[in-house]
Amino acid sequence: MKGKNLLRIILMVLTVFNAATAQADWAFNFQTPVTPLAEDTLHVHNQFFAIIITLFFVTLGILIYSILNHRKDKGQQPATFTGPTNRWQWMLVIAPFVMLFLLDYVVMGIPAYHAAVSMEDTKTDADMVLKVTGSQWKWQYEYPAEGIKFVSALKTTQDQINGKAPKGENYLLEVDNPVVLPVNKKVRILLMSSDVMHSWGVPAFGVKRATVPGFLRETWVKIGKPGTYRGQCAQICGKNHAFMPIIVEAVSEEKYQEWVAQKKAESAAASASADKVWAKEDLMQHGHEIYEKICISCHQPEGKGLPGAFPALAGSKIVNGPFLDKDGRLIKDGHLDRVMNGKPGTAMQAFKNTFSDIDIAAIVTYERNSFGNSMGDMVQPSQVKALR
Amino acid sequence: MTTATTATASHEHDAHHGHPTGIMRWLKSTNHKDIGLMYMIFGTTMFFVGGLLILLVRAELFMPGLQLMNPSIYNQLVTLHGLIMVFAFIMPLTTGFNNYLIPMMIGASDMALPRLNNWGFWILPPAAILLLIPFFLQFFGIGDGAASNAWTMDNVALDLQSGIGMDFTILTVHLLGISSITGAINVIVTIFNMRAPGMTLWKMPLFCWAWLVTSFMLLAVIPVLGAVVTMLLTDRHFGTHFFIASGGGDPLLFQHLLWFFGHPEVYIVLLPAWGILPGILSTFARKPVYGYKAQVCSFWAIGILGSMVWAHHMLSSGIPLAGELYFMYATMAVSIPTAVMIFCWIATIWRGSMTFETPMLFGLGMIVMFGIAGLTGLVIPDIAAYAQYHNTMYVVGHFHYPFFGGAVLGFMGATYFYMPKMTGHMYDEKLGKLHFWLTIVFFNFTFIPMMMVGLAGVPRHLADYALKYSEYQMISSVSAILLGASQLIFLYNIIKTARGNGEKATAQVWEGAQGLEFTLPSPPPYHTFTTPPEVK
Repeated sequence: MKGKNLLRIILMVLTVFNAATAQADWAFNFQTPVTPLAEDTLHVHNQFFAIIITLFFVTLGILIYSILNHRKDKGQQPATFTGPTNRWQWMLVIAPFVMLFLLDYVVMGIPAYHAAVSMEDTKTDADMVLKVTGSQWKWQYEYPAEGIKFVSALKTTQDQINGKAPKGENYLLEVDNPVVLPVNKKVRILLMSSDVMHSWGVPAFGVKRATVPGFLRETWVKIGKPGTYRGQCAQICGKNHAFMPIIVEAVSEEKYQEWVAQKKAESAAASASADKVWAKEDLMQHGHEIYEKICISCHQPEGKGLPGAFPALAGSKIVNGPFLDKDGRLIKDGHLDRVMNGKPGTAMQAFKNTFSDIDIAAIVTYERNSFGNSMGDMVQPSQVKALR
Repeated sequence: MTTATTATASHEHDAHHGHPTGIMRWLKSTNHKDIGLMYMIFGTTMFFVGGLLILLVRAELFMPGLQLMNPSIYNQLVTLHGLIMVFAFIMPLTTGFNNYLIPMMIGASDMALPRLNNWGFWILPPAAILLLIPFFLQFFGIGDGAASNAWTMDNVALDLQSGIGMDFTILTVHLLGISSITGAINVIVTIFNMRAPGMTLWKMPLFCWAWLVTSFMLLAVIPVLGAVVTMLLTDRHFGTHFFIASGGGDPLLFQHLLWFFGHPEVYIVLLPAWGILPGILSTFARKPVYGYKAQVCSFWAIGILGSMVWAHHMLSSGIPLAGELYFMYATMAVSIPTAVMIFCWIATIWRGSMTFETPMLFGLGMIVMFGIAGLTGLVIPDIAAYAQYHNTMYVVGHFHYPFFGGAVLGFMGATYFYMPKMTGHMYDEKLGKLHFWLTIVFFNFTFIPMMMVGLAGVPRHLADYALKYSEYQMISSVSAILLGASQLIFLYNIIKTARGNGEKATAQVWEGAQGLEFTLPSPPPYHTFTTPPEVK
């Protein structure tokens, strides 16, 4: 009786387990592949999973047969063998290993070799280059041939994250400036980091590679279908690791050219306006936008900081101190110096590498005149430009 | 496999040497059983501490959005969970079993180096406290909390940025490393010098073999871990630049050294469980262990191969093509000795006369869960598909199968198996079985959803996640909390048995039990085998 119950429970658990894994195959698999690499990957993965699930259930079947039959309450007398005794048993022993050897080195090993070679071949027939720089906690993209450079950061608001506003459809998977790439072009992607390791990966492309500070890593994509593809940083990189998504818009060649022209025009306009004299309200407005997007992740709403980890800006000595000496040079560790050149060894990075002159001028002006700080002064973009 | 012709359990001997009582008995103890028990109690305590930390994490992950904690606390909890479970729970627990059992299994009177043994244990509690201190200090405004870079700390530039938590962790790792090395030396010396007459190496129980291999692995890799965290310490405070590219260092060097320790660590955790399982299976199948020598050879093969495959953890960090290929093919080779063991376990119960007491249930459960561990792991090093697995929740789901499904289930089985021997009383069989079924069901419902969302592309270590996968995260969170709650049954059962409830256990405890430890009364006297038994 007891045995029957046990059996029933085992079968019940297995049914549930089976249903769960079956669902894994259908409802949960890799995202629909759109590059040759991702297609290979999905194919290989499906094949492997078919193999390992079969192996698992064959072995489990043998185990269950034994559990059902070789039991004391069935009056089974225990055998005494401790190893294979005849040729038939030796064959039974050896067969699984021959099979495993073939699986490892032929069925899995050979396609894996070809996949690895093609994965590492980033240069052959590459049509264009995209430079990706990971930094805490946003991505910088650069198109060297076109001279385009921009920062891409999370668009989801803090209110959504903290449950004060309803979460949007693409919660945590949306950015202000997506990367735009043309379809059917082999794009060589160079990966760098400005601070710690990050990992740039888009599941639909079958690509994931770390950005290592001080070193260059590379990978490539050739997107077959226009669309919006979403990924996330895959290497724990500090506090806001969860909040640096990667969004790639794949578009046709014509649309890509349009986008390039538009981006170029934007950066020309920005460069021109860096030379004009800005009004304080405009700087404050722009500074607020950037603070909410970038600075807030460490320095927190209202510049309160996180005690012990990230310093407060409200009432900070640096923010409420001078930033230029009487000769118009940067004061070391002054407010503007800290924003432009960062503090080595901390998450406070040299923002002159990522921000435009306008951005830096705006953010410094904003911080000096917000959160109860009332320095009353301002920084002009042209000053920042001269100090670079 | 072995039969004792004389099992001298000398009760009267005890009376000659009174041993200290009260707290001093434990503080100054050089007795392998006392120290073994302390290790086990310490390990079990840390199991509940580490479990509680991760339940807080699962509670945060119950819904999208941040409800309970900021991402910084989240990262600290995840990191502490990993460090505690690996270094302060499973390693001390398995060391406790080796301390308690190995001398009894090989007919020795004690471990060879008893004072070293005492020292090895008493390093642990201060180390665990050091690890946890910075987490609590942050609430008093001191420092920025515990280490928060995941337990492998493999983002070295982030380690360099971190605050005092990292320094505390480095110190803790050193202390725990010293403890492990003393334990390993003790096992090796004991096994090579203290075996009873007639107890040849090829007659030793598999648990002793497994621990012998584990000890050699510890001696090989723990010094590397010590070196790498020391280099990190000097990079942090003394201006060296082993890992800082701007000074000519290489962040990947850190990963290589760390994983040179980290991958063998997987087998350091697993081997003791592989060693203890065959004894349980053979006892309840009433049949000798199948393929004893094949299993011993597998232990060595895995120990050696497992130390040469570390960089499969680094495929997405970018290593050269030749390196990718070598580490992939070498990793696949580990599957062969692993399959030998699974084959031997099944052959051990085949045509036996099985009964299904709690230890046997855990043993069989471990075979199945470890099977899943091996198979889901087989695909990960494959460079044709690694990009979709690496650093995703799939990996998190996968590695809990060997750690929890292999090592933890194995040692829960071992706890039930040896509890009557250690306490002299039978545990509550009904509660034991209930504990098994709840554990196995909730374990799978915790980790299978993780694998699913991982395959769909969700990275690991995320404090918050997109809406699409919230149902699966919810299932995982609820199951994890129930899994944690089920362990309270285990705790209750242990305490109840240790207090002397339950019927008296016989010397042999189980009908099919073999081995020298089952020739001793239950519980074994304070000193055992002061005259070595003769082994035929």
